[in-house]
Amino acid sequence: MENSKKISIIVFAGVIVLFFVSWISKTSGFQSTGLPFGASVRDGFLITLAAFLTLAIISFLYKDNPYYKFAEHLFVGVSAAYWMCVGFWSTFVGNFIPKVSSTLSGFFEVPYKGFDIFYFVPLILGIMLLMRLSSKVGWVSRWSLAFIVGTTAGLNLIRYMRSDFISQVSNTFVPLLVEWQGTGHFFSNFNLSISGQFVMMLGNWVIFIGVFCGIIYFFFSKEHTGFFGAASKLGIWILMVTFGASFGYTVMGRVSLLVGRLTFLFRDWLGLIN
Amino acid sequence: MRQKLIIIMCLLFIPALAAGQESVITADSSLVDTITVVPPAPVTDLIAYDKNNDHGHAIILKWTPSADDGAGKKNVLGYSIHRSLSPNGPFEERGIAAAGDASYNDVGSKERESADYMADHVDYYYKVRTLTADESVYADSEVVGPVQSYGQWFNTDRWMVLIFVIGFMAIMIFMINKARRGAKLFVRRLAGIEAVDEAIGRATEMGKPILYVLGLGTAAEIATIASFTILGRVAKKVAEYQTGLIVPCYDPIVMTVAQETVKASYMDAGRPDSYDEDMVYFVTQSQFAYVAAVNGVMLRELPATNIYMGKFFAESLILAETGALAGSIQIAGTDEIAQIPFFVVACDYTLIGEELYAASAYLGREPVLLGSLKAQDYAKAAVMVIAVIGFITIHFGWDTFVEWFHVAN
Repeated sequence: MENSKKISIIVFAGVIVLFFVSWISKTSGFQSTGLPFGASVRDGFLITLAAFLTLAIISFLYKDNPYYKFAEHLFVGVSAAYWMCVGFWSTFVGNFIPKVSSTLSGFFEVPYKGFDIFYFVPLILGIMLLMRLSSKVGWVSRWSLAFIVGTTAGLNLIRYMRSDFISQVSNTFVPLLVEWQGTGHFFSNFNLSISGQFVMMLGNWVIFIGVFCGIIYFFFSKEHTGFFGAASKLGIWILMVTFGASFGYTVMGRVSLLVGRLTFLFRDWLGLIN
Repeated sequence: MRQKLIIIMCLLFIPALAAGQESVITADSSLVDTITVVPPAPVTDLIAYDKNNDHGHAIILKWTPSADDGAGKKNVLGYSIHRSLSPNGPFEERGIAAAGDASYNDVGSKERESADYMADHVDYYYKVRTLTADESVYADSEVVGPVQSYGQWFNTDRWMVLIFVIGFMAIMIFMINKARRGAKLFVRRLAGIEAVDEAIGRATEMGKPILYVLGLGTAAEIATIASFTILGRVAKKVAEYQTGLIVPCYDPIVMTVAQETVKASYMDAGRPDSYDEDMVYFVTQSQFAYVAAVNGVMLRELPATNIYMGKFFAESLILAETGALAGSIQIAGTDEIAQIPFFVVACDYTLIGEELYAASAYLGREPVLLGSLKAQDYAKAAVMVIAVIGFITIHFGWDTFVEWFHVAN
């Protein structure tokens, strides 16, 4: 325990020393580009802090440690405060005040857009929601919640019915025999080009069978046995192939995020790459 | 005498030369005349009317193109649309249509403070100007109007949506009533859901808490609403077994609903004194800050079971991998298609898409939920029948049926 404590103190001291070395180094680097002293100190501090926080988060890959905890708590606290400020300035000041008061609009320096009494409805609902904090009148907040959940569900019903249901049904109306002029014509003009008859027909068959079998997989009123079970199995296979393709595509995107962070560390912080 | 004759001849010849030059000049002038832009014929049969199936602030104009458009001297470059509040002007230009076009949509903004604001129920007058290469050479049509824009209560292009909504609601009400009357409605086994009870038992045996993550959706998202039902079921079991429960929340309203749900579950289980408000807490509304906090909880509290139910985005794999690192049994369910592969890979059980919604009915066995699930199954059956009919009609070239399902945006 004593040894581990000593090692922790030495590591912590090393981190502090490295932080200041980096800060001074980046400050002098910015100064040499002609930036004023104050701005150089500020930028040097910020870039060093960003690099250290990045490394602190990455250290989680090894195991949980006090540096990760510090970065995590700092991130959580700053983001919570940031979103609270954004919420106040964009929703309350940007959206509500210009519609209810010219005096307040002038105070907050936002353009007054004319009085609209309907904007008091969300204000009242918001105040009712805040009553959640009181144990005596907390029940009042349920009305606001009911309004939010009910209204959104009702609006989403129409949206999803149109985009996720009817449009998808419409897209399933595909011809299974594309430009069909007989088997002789089909085999004589056989090719694997993407606009060719064979590939287009294959694509349409996959869509049709995939939709059918996928729907059967999500059928909950019948056990998946016999023909139903076989179709359900084919459906889940098609789903899994799709998920696999999506997985590979998304992983490529995540790797590009990692490349971005490593570029920041090696180029902007350490200056090892151009 | 001879000299006089020469002089007279010269005098006669000079005018002839001049006349010739004049004729050359005249020929040049006529050449200049041939390249002068002549005024085009104006458009005819101009009509203006309110755009249908919208919220207002839009007027459609239609006309017969100029006789010189693509024919005659072919000097028509396009058309400019002009609008005024009175038939005598002043007119302002609203837009340009290309040569060959025979219609234009004049769409304005509905925001009063916008520079492009177009008020409804106001008389507008229009004319269409036929344009040429020379800006000063054009032809105006007759002025049409007055015409007013206004919104419609119903979008008649979406009649198919109305039929499906009414049909679906009718089936749902029927099935809910059937469930309420005590009919046994069969729902097939869902492996992921049966594992929830097993996972709660495991956590109780190990003396470790259960981590329940509601995702990043709002309280109005369908996946989050389904997750609340599952949370209620889990919380009731947790209350009965006296196991710990940790529910970190991304959205403040979701936290509010989750607190209500867990509290109600504890009361249902007969353990209201065991309920601790700190079980369900708000973290932050920043995606990766939330993930960092939940990861910290996983490695410090070491929950036996992690349950991820709701709407997830890029953080899904980070959560699942960290949970696997902590040695927790993991059950996930989401309707986000892009995140399902990550949960399938990293979790022990995954509820794919609609299985999450079915899970809430399977667990709760409430008539409303069971009836809704049955209605959804009937809707799926209807989709399969419609798909077969569509496939048949498209092969026989019966486009009417296909057109019915083309819903305008």
